Amino acid sequence: MTTGTTTPAALEVDHLTVDFKRRGAPSLRAVDDVTFTLHPGHTLALVGESGSGKSTVVRALSRLVAPSAGHVRLAGADRTRDAAYRRAVQMVFQDPFASLNPAHTVGHHLRRPLLAGGRATRSDVDARAARLLDAVNLTPAADIARARPHELSGGQRQRVAIARALAPEPAVLLADEPVSMLDVSIRLEILGLLDRLKRERRLALLYVTHDLATARHFAADVMVMYRGQIVERGPSDDVILRPRHPYTQLLASAAPGAAGSRERAREARAARLAARRARPAQPRETSRHAPPDEGCRFRPRCPLATDRCARRPPVVPLGPTGHEARCWLHVDAARQGPAA
Amino acid sequence: MTDDILLAAHHVDVVYDTGEGTPTHAVRDVAVELRRGELLGIAGESGCGKSTLAYALTRLLQPPARLAAGTVTLDGQDLYALDREALRAVRWTRLSMVFQSAMNALNPVTTVGRQFDDIFRAHRPAMTATERRAKAGELLDMVGIDPSRLRSHPHELSGGMRQRVVIAMALALDPDVVVMDEPTTALDVVVQREILDEIEELRERLGFAVIFITHDLNLLLEISDRLAVMYAGRIVEYADTARIAEGGALHPYTRGLLRSFPALTGDRRDLRGIPGQPPDLRLATPGCAFADRCEAVVERCRAQRPELERVGEGLSWAACHVARHHPSDRQAVPTESAGQTRGGPA
Amino acid sequence: MTATATALAAPPDDTAAARGGRLRAALRSGRLRAGLGIVAVLALTAALGPLFLGDPDAVSQDLSQAPSAAHWLGTTQTGQDVFTQFVVAARGTLLIGATSALIATAVSAVVGIGGGFLGGLTDEALSLLSNIFLVIPGLPLVIVVAAYVGAGTGATILVIALTTWAASARVLRAQTLSLRTRDYVLAARLYGESRRRIVLVEILPNELAIIVSQFIFAVIFAVLTQAALAFLGLDDPSNLTWGTMLYFAQNADALTGGAWWWFIPPGLAIAVLGAALSLISFGLDEVLDPRLRARRRRP
Repeated sequence: MTTGTTTPAALEVDHLTVDFKRRGAPSLRAVDDVTFTLHPGHTLALVGESGSGKSTVVRALSRLVAPSAGHVRLAGADRTRDAAYRRAVQMVFQDPFASLNPAHTVGHHLRRPLLAGGRATRSDVDARAARLLDAVNLTPAADIARARPHELSGGQRQRVAIARALAPEPAVLLADEPVSMLDVSIRLEILGLLDRLKRERRLALLYVTHDLATARHFAADVMVMYRGQIVERGPSDDVILRPRHPYTQLLASAAPGAAGSRERAREARAARLAARRARPAQPRETSRHAPPDEGCRFRPRCPLATDRCARRPPVVPLGPTGHEARCWLHVDAARQGPAA
Repeated sequence: MTDDILLAAHHVDVVYDTGEGTPTHAVRDVAVELRRGELLGIAGESGCGKSTLAYALTRLLQPPARLAAGTVTLDGQDLYALDREALRAVRWTRLSMVFQSAMNALNPVTTVGRQFDDIFRAHRPAMTATERRAKAGELLDMVGIDPSRLRSHPHELSGGMRQRVVIAMALALDPDVVVMDEPTTALDVVVQREILDEIEELRERLGFAVIFITHDLNLLLEISDRLAVMYAGRIVEYADTARIAEGGALHPYTRGLLRSFPALTGDRRDLRGIPGQPPDLRLATPGCAFADRCEAVVERCRAQRPELERVGEGLSWAACHVARHHPSDRQAVPTESAGQTRGGPA
Repeated sequence: MTATATALAAPPDDTAAARGGRLRAALRSGRLRAGLGIVAVLALTAALGPLFLGDPDAVSQDLSQAPSAAHWLGTTQTGQDVFTQFVVAARGTLLIGATSALIATAVSAVVGIGGGFLGGLTDEALSLLSNIFLVIPGLPLVIVVAAYVGAGTGATILVIALTTWAASARVLRAQTLSLRTRDYVLAARLYGESRRRIVLVEILPNELAIIVSQFIFAVIFAVLTQAALAFLGLDDPSNLTWGTMLYFAQNADALTGGAWWWFIPPGLAIAVLGAALSLISFGLDEVLDPRLRARRRRP
């Protein structure tokens, strides 16, 4: 796809689809035909709002929900049912206050995965647990190992959760909004830690987030998800600085600090308000329901929608870097020859 | 300028009586002033006391929290001296609140319209049913919701729409001051932006003043006129937002917090937050609460707590021993006669 | 990223010291102390008392005597010492109460946690089973079963256990359903923990507080049910309990004859035991939920 194609893939996700059955209603397609590849030592960001299906992608990859279609290949092999797959694909959860067992010490949280995965014996498990705590900058390790989760701060808990995910020596780390529940001042520390571990341990990291700014700073490539579909992807600077899909453009313009200065923020707001006044309240609020057809799922909210958007939008390549968008808008430009 | 001040709090101390040993001081010696029509931002991380302050400013503290010292005045009237009836008259009509969980505070078993009705019936008994319905519809339309939604139950609305309904309710009786505590935190970026736009537009139209409390300093840089940054229960910096937005933050904590939000379009440098973590409010420290995490710490910081003092021109206060000497302070070196008053702006 | 040495928010105590601290904190609750004290006295009486006393069935010449120095709690119609009977009956009562509560709690834990964790058909079947037992009216069933299987301590215990487990099984199932989707349980599944360990090590410790409180109420229920059964004559009268004492007192017209020393001690003891166990349960709630503590302290 994009950068990093020289290294063999750690995890290949092919046409992944997840449907949720609903009582008395047609099943809900939470993830629709999603394809991507994770490479060792690289971070791929998956960006989307709540309900976009980004967490479902993570849960499908960690086998917590069953996909209804598609393939997942670990290091080239289609063997997702193995215990080996389980251990090779580990996850960091969003809420560090829910992801550690209040009944056990920090040491327990590291010893169990080490022993269950056969990565340690009873005699060296404490030393290995201490090394994991060192790796996530929790020192002094011996004191931390004896502590219980409630004695730690949110940032410390998330470090423990990361250490636990590292215990089975995974090849792939899925980080589902790993810092959104943490204090602002420690978010970058945790993201920096993940970044360093990714480099040192050649981890293939999937960083799931709603925050475009950290996605751009910590990931080489970005995918933007809207209602189960990837609508735009490519190198992070291309996607976030020069977004081409109307949804990505909306996301990027709505992010705090996107305008750059207070004056420009005010101008942007005035422009948005003028555009909004032109539209009555009704269509704006009903737009949360995606149309049930094959057409573009964003079109009820899209300011640039036309009649052809009722048909399934094609994935259009936007340049040699691998930047692409699922949008009718760019079809004509692409047909006239790839842009430089 | 002082006659412009709508809501003023001085020397506010809030204490939680935990029942075990010494009570926890959540807010200490805080002073803020809100002028007519302005948006005052209060920024800080979880546990810094910003929400507790919001409850103190609106006299909504619930035991075990209590106001241990200080005054809160609305137009010169002491909020804590009012009796129950007078307080009820002031709420909604002069001072209203939008809290973080507000969108879950709507009554799930009755319609949105009925909940507007209750407000009008309690405070505007002279209004007829037709007038009430018309006014409620107008309010919904104002926040970008179709008036037909008056017949909806809260569960039929999305989170963003519920939050808009709550904002419309807070504005129902044309208050002078609205205190908003993390009103958009639970929402997606796009919805958050829409609601912020609406708040701004309504503020321009109706002229109410807002105290906007959030952990998102980035957001306050865009929308606020003045800014107070809280740390460990105290205000550590109090300034015109424009100065902070232009890189003139004085307190090392404010600078650290600013650095914690990587710029969407900026280059990839200086990607670090603030090492360490906020202090335990139960433990009393003699020096500056931020000393252990501070990059500019000097010996004096650990021995003596810095008071909030005027540093430089205009609204420019910081509680830091080293702030005035920091290179990023582009103000002229302040003189001792710059009108220092302990504890906050006079 | 620079490596950051991170200090602990609160220095962790040595585990034993921390445990001791928690125990001391628990004992600061007056309710818990009072409840534990009463239960300890009753249990010690039941365990050691009979060793120092003679045969409770031995008759003497002192018929229907009021309490005196020779007979602390007087005598029965046939001249048996009421105090001796009371102490020996404590042993029988507590034994039946504790054993049936233990069985009921064990069954409810297996059914509730098992069903909640496994889900699917197993859960459906186990839920159906608990619901059936839940809607059967307790005491009439006990009476019918007791009449059918005949009197006997073992039968009484089984019958009581059979009618008590269902309610707490439902409570435990609900709790397990909530716990099994917690992130830390999912994490354990991800690193390949066995199901058995997930249930026993990750889930069970977080349900201990509920199990203990269910057990306490099961004991109260068992003691009351046993007393009711015995009083109705559906229990083995040769096994002396506070219930059978009441039964004999009733048969001997002690209530109408004014022999208050015969029926008041066992009746009062049942009430005191129930109250003490309730105090323990409330006390534990208080210790485990700090909010209750704070609320109570305010006037």
